[in-house]
Amino acid sequence: MSDTLPLSIQNNRRMEKWIRFEPDRTVRLAVGKVELGQGNVTALAQIAADELDVDLTRISVLSGDTEAAPDEGQTTSSQSIEVSGRSVRLVSAELRARVLDRLARRLNCSPTELSIDDGVFRRGDASTGHDYWNFAASEDFTDEIAGTATPKSHEAYRYVGKPLPRRDLPAKVTGAAFIHDMVRPDMLHARMLRQPCRGARLAALDEAALRRGERGEFRIVRVGDLVAFVGSDETVVQRAASVAPLHAKWDNVAPITTEQQEAAWLVGQPSHDRVLGTEAPPATANVMSASYSRPYIAHASIAPSCALAEYRNGHLSVWSHTQGVYPLRAALANVLGLSQEAITVRHAHGAGCYGHNGADDVAVDAAVIASQIPDHCIRVQWRREEEFGFEPVGPAMHVSLRAALDDAGKPQEWTAEIWSATHVQRPSSGGNMLTHEALPTPPPDPRPTDPPEANGGGGTRNAFVLYDVPVKRVLHHLVLRAPVRTSALRGLGALPNVFAIECFVDELAERAGIDPVQYRLSMLSDIRARRLIENLAQRCDWGSRGGAGTGRGLGLGWARYKNRAAYAAVAAEVEVDQEVKLRRIWCAADAGLVINPDGARNQLEGGIVQAASMVLKEQVRMEGDGITSVDWDSYPILRFSEVPEIDTEIIHAPDLPTLGMGECTFGPTAAAIGNAVAHALGARIRDMPFTRERIEAALLR
Amino acid sequence: MAIELIVNGRAVQISVPGTAPLLDVLRNQLDLKGARYGCGLEQCGSCMVLLDGEPIYACSREVGTAAGGRITTIEGLGTAERPHPLQQAFLDEQAGQCGYCLSGIIMRAKALLDHNPSPTRDDIAGALDKNLCRCGAHPRILRAVEKAAAMLREGKGA
Repeated sequence: MSDTLPLSIQNNRRMEKWIRFEPDRTVRLAVGKVELGQGNVTALAQIAADELDVDLTRISVLSGDTEAAPDEGQTTSSQSIEVSGRSVRLVSAELRARVLDRLARRLNCSPTELSIDDGVFRRGDASTGHDYWNFAASEDFTDEIAGTATPKSHEAYRYVGKPLPRRDLPAKVTGAAFIHDMVRPDMLHARMLRQPCRGARLAALDEAALRRGERGEFRIVRVGDLVAFVGSDETVVQRAASVAPLHAKWDNVAPITTEQQEAAWLVGQPSHDRVLGTEAPPATANVMSASYSRPYIAHASIAPSCALAEYRNGHLSVWSHTQGVYPLRAALANVLGLSQEAITVRHAHGAGCYGHNGADDVAVDAAVIASQIPDHCIRVQWRREEEFGFEPVGPAMHVSLRAALDDAGKPQEWTAEIWSATHVQRPSSGGNMLTHEALPTPPPDPRPTDPPEANGGGGTRNAFVLYDVPVKRVLHHLVLRAPVRTSALRGLGALPNVFAIECFVDELAERAGIDPVQYRLSMLSDIRARRLIENLAQRCDWGSRGGAGTGRGLGLGWARYKNRAAYAAVAAEVEVDQEVKLRRIWCAADAGLVINPDGARNQLEGGIVQAASMVLKEQVRMEGDGITSVDWDSYPILRFSEVPEIDTEIIHAPDLPTLGMGECTFGPTAAAIGNAVAHALGARIRDMPFTRERIEAALLR
Repeated sequence: MAIELIVNGRAVQISVPGTAPLLDVLRNQLDLKGARYGCGLEQCGSCMVLLDGEPIYACSREVGTAAGGRITTIEGLGTAERPHPLQQAFLDEQAGQCGYCLSGIIMRAKALLDHNPSPTRDDIAGALDKNLCRCGAHPRILRAVEKAAAMLREGKGA
């Protein structure tokens, strides 16, 4: 039985770890997934309230705390509702059933005669005089979770399925709400001088020059090649850090050339190669091929990363906007040589991260400084150029597609060949903490791996086409060394792969002389996918789509995220002159049972805007010491006047299991824009971002 | 030398060098955390506050140059219990994801609505164009400002 339980329950079998009924008649739900701006914590509370039959207002949620909340690993991969939500539902349903059973035995009645009204047990129309809180000390709350209780059917839900407001938003529109705003006793501010790259050695730091003209007090903490400026006045340490790079000389800096910032550079680099799918040699007759690419992409969180750490009486306490408090605790133990029991990590709200950004690294910065200055709270705030320059970036990808076609122009064989550096270098998956590399005993070279296909893959995420093609294969070249550190960015390989697949399908349709929607439907037997495409085609008035090359274009794309999570289809209408203007976007999504439709819509639309920004504008630039796109001028993102109207429809499917949907619009949006721009221009751009130069080049071809 | 400011209607004196960024003074001397550090470069708008009714970037504004001025921060609009119509409209529309950019955006929107009570969608987008949102909550934010404008025109709230 336990192998069918969600991982979150398998790893946290004690009921009390999840749910406690408190003396003040509230219910404390503890979860390991954390709020990153997705609204997941509100949705998890909705699920618990329904299964327990208590008012939602009674439920407080503790999320991300190594002392008190379950270990649910990382908050990634659209798993909060699919996995944690399923776990909370099973745990709540089991607690409800256990307590009802106990009461029924005591009253000598059947549990079916009992009902619950806001935590109070009733028998028929009469109160039993009992409630959950009477039983809070019973073993029902401490015993191991079996995971065998039957949750309610969706018709019985009172909160699930309702667009309820986010719990965290009021604080965020009125004042202090973030880790950046925390104030602790004996707090000192710190800023970092960063090692330009792994292996660089600090040859000289001109402290006298650094202190000249600076009126305030600060101390310099140096551990190996890690340098921090620490003091009680934030302004003073910020100024010291901002000029410090001018007064530091580094040896052993490996220079980067601008050629290395392009996806095309990856092809031919040393790589770990695999063949997935059919082993048979590829067909050679009637083959069509094309290559697509995405460059390195920044998470570009609106807030540079921040962390607090204090070392008191041999115990290290860390506050972090990490995606996973337990994995961060393990990484801290490894870097500092402490036992995990000597460390507590608590989650505090940060800005959206969209994957593995500087959150964990800054926490290690703070912890190392705290170990040097005990009995103080060390608050490290990264600078803007530090976040852009030193966070791990989303890897560039080069994707070559080849299709062997039949006489009707339909693919009979489909090969995707992918070149990409690793998509995950979290410390829990073989990566190194930035801080660790600057310490006197740096860790060995990171071991390049990619998430296994069982977890959705990294570079191979969404690489297998979902169309009815008899023979499919993926050739994956995991490039061993990228010019800069790469790690997880929303959707991993899904955006470049879906962009490539869905653009290529339009190219194949054009070659076959078939309308792109008809062409897709003619080789797609997945009913849920067909329904989305048909819905979308109707809403965007696909039938009136004219010829190509008028400067105005309509295109679409779809995917099922990770080939097993939520479905999304997106259509985009664009106008292209010297630049691409987004006129309108339509989206249809199917995520099965949706817990909070407004939160879901927010995620779908946010994914659309962010993907559009990446397709049209974004590329991490590199040269010399490292990343050169270190501000918002050199790394522009989509602005208010550039964001179109978005018309989203969520397909009602409450009988079907919830599917993670936080990343599902990413690939389809990129594809829809790619196809719309090709329709507008009558010429295709296959490389992101769609700059003015690429538009001109496409028109000249 | 003490610098005098009127912050959210209250006269305050602070002893910091005149070159200190207003943002640091608000956050660390006055414990007003609503204005947020995002870039320090006047590029993202997370730190936006009003000085004598005009939106300014607190991150790069030297406090000495604001001496004697009237500063309004997000804390000066309303509280979670008694929100300003702009804050209420953002909650009604659930206009945000991570929320880090919102206080700067709301302050810029406040300045817009003070000058133009009936802005078009394009007016709002234009006014907010120097404020960045990375989560992609833009359509909701535009709707929220439109809604707040309507609420204010109808006299609901401040």
